[in-house]
Amino acid sequence: MTRVLAVLEQRDGRLRGVSAEVVSAAAALARDLGGEAEGIVLGGPGIEETVHAAQAFGARRIRVGSHEALAHYRPEGYAEALAGMIREGGTAAAVLFSATATGKDLAPRVAALLDLPLAQDVTGISGLGGRVRMVRPVYAGKANATIEHDAAPVLATIRPGAISAVEGISHAEIEPLSLALDPERWPTRRLSFEPEGGDIPDVSEAAIVVSGGRGLRDPANWAMLEELRAALGSEAGLGASRAVVDAGWRSHSEQVGQTGKTVAPRLYFAIGISGAVQHLAGMRTARTIVAVNRDRDAPIFRVADYGIVGDAFEVVPRLAAEIRARKES
Amino acid sequence: MKILVCVKRVPDTDTRIQISADGTTFDAAGVRFVMNPYDEFALEAALRLKESGRASEVTVVTLGDESAQETLRGALAVGADRGVLCRGVSGPDGLATAKILRSAVEAQGPDLVLAGVRSVDGDQEQVGPMLGTLLGWACATCVSEIEGGDGVLIAVREVEGGRERVQLTLPAVVTLTKGPFELRRPSLPGIMAAKKKPLEVREAEVVSPRVRVVALELPPARKEGRIVGEGPDAVPELVRLLRDEAGAL
Repeated sequence: MTRVLAVLEQRDGRLRGVSAEVVSAAAALARDLGGEAEGIVLGGPGIEETVHAAQAFGARRIRVGSHEALAHYRPEGYAEALAGMIREGGTAAAVLFSATATGKDLAPRVAALLDLPLAQDVTGISGLGGRVRMVRPVYAGKANATIEHDAAPVLATIRPGAISAVEGISHAEIEPLSLALDPERWPTRRLSFEPEGGDIPDVSEAAIVVSGGRGLRDPANWAMLEELRAALGSEAGLGASRAVVDAGWRSHSEQVGQTGKTVAPRLYFAIGISGAVQHLAGMRTARTIVAVNRDRDAPIFRVADYGIVGDAFEVVPRLAAEIRARKES
Repeated sequence: MKILVCVKRVPDTDTRIQISADGTTFDAAGVRFVMNPYDEFALEAALRLKESGRASEVTVVTLGDESAQETLRGALAVGADRGVLCRGVSGPDGLATAKILRSAVEAQGPDLVLAGVRSVDGDQEQVGPMLGTLLGWACATCVSEIEGGDGVLIAVREVEGGRERVQLTLPAVVTLTKGPFELRRPSLPGIMAAKKKPLEVREAEVVSPRVRVVALELPPARKEGRIVGEGPDAVPELVRLLRDEAGAL
């Protein structure tokens, strides 16, 4: 039986939302190949309890590897444990990870341990005639490459949001597994974690993004964008153009574009952003784009679905007020 | 401490992509090439470690054709000591690239390898951690700050939702993202000196790539949008369109 494995991701003992997407992607690929999907998750003791959240997304079983040293992501331990679990049970057709910061750190290590090629940040995956074909953006989304790997299993990380989570009718069995690991040998050690951004979703994961550029003139004016973001609700995040990140106004973690993050939200607001080719590369796959700019000839208006020509300082507060009013009515 | 910095020659980020007639490759005709911006951060981090007395030597290595010598000379002009060109093809198989770089690392014997977190052409984000794993070294990715003492390095990783501090036992591979390491500009004396610095050319180990690009395509064009109006008075109509027409609110 052809197997497709999905590596689920947890943080602080809770399964992340992207895990349902990666199981769904594995289940769809398994259907194309005439096989079955299986999930794998690693974590600290008790992690089985949280796996229930992923049971309904089409995997036949979910193997849960637990060890106290794996409660938080530890690259060497996770890579070693996963490589072992992937080797076990015969060759799978594919192993899918989430293209999150953790997934993109982990998958290359597993690939190197198993001597297999890897495709990162895949936005489409399908199986035809027993072969796995993937699409991934290159040049930060200025082009799409369709690729095949001449090795099995095919390893890939799936970009969050690219493949929707679909509930299936199956209900995965959970199979706990305790792992033998030697953390003393691992040459990296996690010292601390400082959360950033509070409850605001990361720009790469937000369903709505409010982005600002140099047209805002001063970092203090981000309060205005924050107000619009807050009016849009908890699924909205903040983004920034490269110019303002280079100027030190905003952190690189918010940068959208070729040397920042590529985003694909449902709704993208480009405020005071002229639309350099590098920025457009990072946000052009947003479903709906709104631009506010004083310059009617700014390139951003050529990709925006809706534009307002005007001063952001007049338009944005009005926009925040209007959205708030509509929500309350 | 000896540092090896891996750099890549890539199309300038403002390049508009043209597809070659074969439908699977990028047409490089008339395109300006630069050092991968993330590799610039790695190089600057290395130069600062040298200036602070923590590193004794900075070597830059690249995999590419003869034209990549220009990228290495650029690195020498800002202060790297030596360049190594692994003459070969850098393709879409990151593991093949990592294997070639492993040979270069073994030949050079550095204590620390720095590289950009990803290249802005292939966007693979994998060569650094693959190289670290192949070598059996400590590795941290997406790092914005580094500091350290004897035999260890402290790195700050940028991950979703926050910053993670990790300690690495050397030797190690670290990939850099944007942080305070903006690459300095070359000085005229630096450019002159670079011409005399050693630049070794070695044939890259032949590793059969196992990744095939079947097609390379431009993304579908977005349909032309419309200007809803001018100034704040256009806001109510915009909000109506977002809700009723686009279904985005």
